[in-house]
Amino acid sequence: MSVNIAVNSKRPVNLDLRTIKLPVTAYTSIAHRISGIILFIAIAGLLWMLDSSLRSESGFEHVQDVFENPLVKFITWGVVSALLYHLVAGIRHLVMDAGIGEGLESGKRGAQAVIVIAAVLIVLLGVWIW
Amino acid sequence: MVTNVTNLSRSGLYDWMAQRVSAVVLAVYTLFLLGYLIANPGLSYEQWHGLFSQNWMRIFSLLTLVALSVHAWVGMWTISTDYLTSMALGKSATVVRFLFQTVCGLAMFVLFVWGVQILWGL
Repeated sequence: MSVNIAVNSKRPVNLDLRTIKLPVTAYTSIAHRISGIILFIAIAGLLWMLDSSLRSESGFEHVQDVFENPLVKFITWGVVSALLYHLVAGIRHLVMDAGIGEGLESGKRGAQAVIVIAAVLIVLLGVWIW
Repeated sequence: MVTNVTNLSRSGLYDWMAQRVSAVVLAVYTLFLLGYLIANPGLSYEQWHGLFSQNWMRIFSLLTLVALSVHAWVGMWTISTDYLTSMALGKSATVVRFLFQTVCGLAMFVLFVWGVQILWGL
């Protein structure tokens, strides 16, 4: 009964995300989606690298040469950073599916942990690449 | 409200499960490949080619490619049904969303076939 009243009432509903102050969990969720889109777009580039590097020795060296380009290095760092973030945030999803960290406070702590762990991994990745 | 006629399995629960199973495969492959590259700093062509000539590596890679296709489709489908709605786009929402999903599905299919060619065309 009460559900029907709530659904049918004329109360104003604000679903414009840009006007709402979002909690940290919302930011990690949106970042998970954005990193997913980046990875989807990046698949073609990664497959090209795999294709060239496996086809012949000269192709392998060509990929290595391309990778020496600072811009390519930066893009690779960006894509693999998206991968690492997506991976860490995805593991948090699986942990939450197991019933751990689903509460309001534990959820916030989980989101903060994702940000910290991903940031550390992304910095380490940068050190490895450069 | 967006109907779920275009989702992968016609069942939200099955899609949810497929997203997670494929995620585990993708995570294991990612960690393996990153670990391999970190463990082999001066990687040579012979070594790299040798790795992908192994049958287990080809099967592992093909499994990952299937998982990637499923995972990407469910992910892009979720995003399209969340944001490309009539609330955001008005009357053309269904057409825009359908076109977006078509492009994603087609792109993923082409990438999948290309990936199979890379793995088995050596």
